[in-house]
Amino acid sequence: MSSQINVTINGFQLEIEKGKTILDAANKAGIIIPTLCYHKDLCIAGNCRVCVVEVAGQKRLAAACATPCEEEMEIHSNSLKVRNSRKHIIELLLSEHNSDCTKCYKNGNCELQELASEYKIMTQDFLRLAPLKNYTIDQFSPSIVKDDSKCIRCQRCVRTCAEMQGVNALTVAYKGDEMKIATFFEKAMNDVICTNCGQCVNHCPTGALVEHNYIEEVWDAISDPQKHVVVQTAPAIRVGLGEELGLEVGERVTGKMVSALKRLGFNSVLDTDFTADLTIIEEGTELLNRLRKVLAEKDDQVKLPLATSCSPGWIKYVEHMYPEFLEHLSTCKSPQQMFGALVKTYYAKANKIDPDKIVSVSIMPCTAKKFEANRPEMHDSGFRDVDYVLTTRELAIMIKQAGINFAKLPDAKYDRLMGESTGAGAIFGATGGVMEAALRTAYELVTGREVPFKNLNIIPVRGMEGVKEAGIKIDHPLKEWSFLDGIELKCAVAHGLVNAKKVMDAVKNGTSDYHFIEIMACPGGCLGGGGQPIPTSPEIRQKRTEAIYAEDKNMPLRKSHENPEVLKIYQDYLGEPLGAKSHLLLHTKYTPRDRF
Amino acid sequence: MDPVQDLIKNLASQHGRNRTNLLPILQGVVEQEKYLSEHSMIEIARELDMPAADVYGTATFYSFLEYQKMGTYIIRVCKTITCSMKGKNQILLTIENMLKIGMGETTPDGKFSLLQTNCLGWCHKAPAMLINNEVYTELTPESVRDILTQYLKK
Amino acid sequence: MVAATYQLKRADFIFKNDNDWKKILDKSLKKPSQELINELMSSELKGRGGAGFPTGLKWKLTAEYRSDKKYVICNADEGEPGTFKDREILSEVPYKVLTAMAVCAHVVGSQEGFIYLRGEYKFLAPELTKVIGEFEHYCKEAGLNFSVKIFLGSGAYICGEETALFESMEGKRGEPRNKPPYPTSFGYLGKATVVNNVETLAHAFTIFKYGAKKFYDLGVQYSRGSKLFSVSGDTPKPGIYELELGMSLQDFVAEFGDGDTKAVQVGGASGFLVPRKRFEKTTIGYRGKLTGISLPTGGSMMLFNSSRSMYNVLDNYLDFFREESCGQCTPCRVGCQQLHSGIKAVKRGEKPAQYLNKLLKLTETMQLTAKCGLGQSVANSFSSIVENFREEMIY
Repeated sequence: MSSQINVTINGFQLEIEKGKTILDAANKAGIIIPTLCYHKDLCIAGNCRVCVVEVAGQKRLAAACATPCEEEMEIHSNSLKVRNSRKHIIELLLSEHNSDCTKCYKNGNCELQELASEYKIMTQDFLRLAPLKNYTIDQFSPSIVKDDSKCIRCQRCVRTCAEMQGVNALTVAYKGDEMKIATFFEKAMNDVICTNCGQCVNHCPTGALVEHNYIEEVWDAISDPQKHVVVQTAPAIRVGLGEELGLEVGERVTGKMVSALKRLGFNSVLDTDFTADLTIIEEGTELLNRLRKVLAEKDDQVKLPLATSCSPGWIKYVEHMYPEFLEHLSTCKSPQQMFGALVKTYYAKANKIDPDKIVSVSIMPCTAKKFEANRPEMHDSGFRDVDYVLTTRELAIMIKQAGINFAKLPDAKYDRLMGESTGAGAIFGATGGVMEAALRTAYELVTGREVPFKNLNIIPVRGMEGVKEAGIKIDHPLKEWSFLDGIELKCAVAHGLVNAKKVMDAVKNGTSDYHFIEIMACPGGCLGGGGQPIPTSPEIRQKRTEAIYAEDKNMPLRKSHENPEVLKIYQDYLGEPLGAKSHLLLHTKYTPRDRF
Repeated sequence: MDPVQDLIKNLASQHGRNRTNLLPILQGVVEQEKYLSEHSMIEIARELDMPAADVYGTATFYSFLEYQKMGTYIIRVCKTITCSMKGKNQILLTIENMLKIGMGETTPDGKFSLLQTNCLGWCHKAPAMLINNEVYTELTPESVRDILTQYLKK
Repeated sequence: MVAATYQLKRADFIFKNDNDWKKILDKSLKKPSQELINELMSSELKGRGGAGFPTGLKWKLTAEYRSDKKYVICNADEGEPGTFKDREILSEVPYKVLTAMAVCAHVVGSQEGFIYLRGEYKFLAPELTKVIGEFEHYCKEAGLNFSVKIFLGSGAYICGEETALFESMEGKRGEPRNKPPYPTSFGYLGKATVVNNVETLAHAFTIFKYGAKKFYDLGVQYSRGSKLFSVSGDTPKPGIYELELGMSLQDFVAEFGDGDTKAVQVGGASGFLVPRKRFEKTTIGYRGKLTGISLPTGGSMMLFNSSRSMYNVLDNYLDFFREESCGQCTPCRVGCQQLHSGIKAVKRGEKPAQYLNKLLKLTETMQLTAKCGLGQSVANSFSSIVENFREEMIY
């Protein structure tokens, strides 16, 4: 029984698995069929109709993305009929689209623009419909700007928000000529259950959904001689930035990135990986404390499992969807916010700089970090802890604006204080990374031995499966931790909020016995974040993941508790993990929000 | 519990709490309240355990599921071809003059809203209109005045 | 025989009520599935909603498909401008429709049926509910486990498209799905489903009552049987008429015109406008190897006399489509807006007359690429009106 069938595309014969679409067959044959509503991460919509092809014997054209191949199918993707239709459809989309490209943030990185250019749509014969619709731009969110006049209604954002994130902040509303993508009652994105994760931005083919950018504000700060501008870079930037600047997907550009930031004029280039290591110490201690309270002291006020709190999209998701579980969240701020709080205190003090003059900028793979930095509670340094958050894409724009030839840059090293990191901090950028880093430290703390995995690589928590589970049995712990003897520490790791929901529902229903769960809002973790280079796909995220683990492998230190600057900060400034100062600067609380 | 919540709970118990029951519930609320307020949609979302945005997206697809406040009597005049040919505009003018409202508006006392709608399926007896679920056909300015007079007395 | 010479022949099956549905139901339920399918297939009954898919084949495909659950749905979302026959059937002879649904359920192996009733016909619901109650009661007595529920629409023309209808019943926006898969294997809630128009089911009743031959003997080759026509517009006798298929438009106009008929819209806004000069050559039936032009129809016949402006007629249709398009696919959503705004621009002199040619080309693209029948069929009325009454479109 063969499940292979034969088709021809443009005269080229090939065998393909039954059930595959015409688009799959074309890909296999090396024939490019343009698409817009199609995205590898999402279910098939078949609504833009750009991918139509001619199938011999059929009166109408078929959408290649939505039509399964059949035995002996004869497909033409470049016939006169197809070309004319495709051109018409692109013209139609342009007529309904605000095609003032030179004023668009996505100019040069827009799939519709690319198609228009490819098909040389030189005239604007059809009536312009976009100006008639009186759309206003929603820029109330610190993270995301939504401009309906640029929307082509491919529904990629809606599918992303529903299928990948399970948030459903966006929906398709109205019908006919009024049909559009809307939030509940067309409220501002900031006023609905949007988690600011930015996956919609990452999946939008045009400029309808973009990050709220702060490029000019950062340039202004850099140009202000009165200001001391400090920049921190998240773990996932160094494996994504290169894509935006003409390098291969998955190329590690840590050294070049540091060089570029220095050339942009930042006074100090520091590493969020440092506070990632610090997070491990704080959160690891928190985990062990909770374990002690629950298991040894039988304190039923203390909640397990403990959930990570690095991902601000995840935090806002819990606040909306599981407000009754806020106590499960680690009170640790995210590495970005720990960093921000320390820059204007510890760093300022050590370098004898007036914290008022410090502008703290972070480069994040994330749009939710913009919202996080904007939270009213994030002022523990006495100032706004992080002033501006730029995405990987915004940094790339600045590098281009500065005329820096990124590919030719020499490598440079991070500045000190708060520039030292370990492999454990680096893997924060991948799903499972926080878990792995935490286990490397916690296990050693408890047993005095390294985690029982070859080369410290805790493989069960790595990879692209939506929900991963792992257990580590603790044998012969140090005396202080004897209550953990023989206990299997149960962990779950989820990425993408739709997977987070699975874990949380298991916790809610009492069908799980996890001690510790790591959740990242975005697919693949931060490396697949909403602020990372566009496009994204499972393959791209896989390559970035490999780069992250390569980064870890090549680090001389791979355990957070061995980071010398981390040891130093406890010695010089913080005192002890979960101490009073830590509590003030490094920990936070959460706000219950409504689900509807 | 407010009356809308009560209504929605009852509707959900009557029809069920699956997504397949959404339309009947939306219709039930519109029947009672004449429109779907933000509050009703949120309560429906809560009751059916589904995203509020999806309730909104679904409701706004259907012409009869109003999401703006409507009068007690919603007048829907058919504007499709045969009714247009047979004097729909005269009917509209008559109503507008009589009730002193324009298309899409509601009388200040909240009694009447005036809307146009697509083919009602009474082309052989054009022009036609619906007042809530009641059909009126072969309308003339005179007959419309009579009909509205009856409603005004209600 | 040349179809164009066919005479207008009245038929009287649908509304003739012998009140014998119980007998027909009993008789049919005794027959094996295959025999009933054969009966329908040999009658050559085609879907009376307008698309004209062979009904017997639809039942057969669904019957053959293995599925733990199957549904039978009566499509009463009669929304095509100029069509009003289904309402009349449901108010006059609902038992016939229900009987045919039950036979269908017996044939395909279904326990659940629905009538998707358009919101505009809500006033039918109370009476229909009562009838269904009695009907279900009898089914139980006859040993058939079959229930029928009314599902009420809420004002969306597109929900008459069968996959949009499923979406609507599933509590979603009525947006047509990608096909394949077809309803016969993947319909309501993903289960094999038969969707039949109200009138189709009423004809099925006729066939089960009199046998296939009686039906087959009516009409002409490829267009067998009778059909209900909803007659409106400039006619002295608007109403519903059951006529044999295959008549020429000439004969039709002779019967129903007001002596000054300029054009007839066959098949509603999504159908074709036939100008006077083509009446003689146009027959009403499903496309086949008939000579001349053969137009399929859901039965909407709208007559226009010489006092009517075809520009206004087209404007009205396009306003309708622009609003009633579900909006998901580009050619239909944007195409309808462009056509509608486009003819206005030409009429106002803001676009040259040649712009109509660009719009005609656009309708070809819509026909080729739209996701469902709505977008594909806008071309029909647009091109037939613009080509035949071009001078009326221009400033």
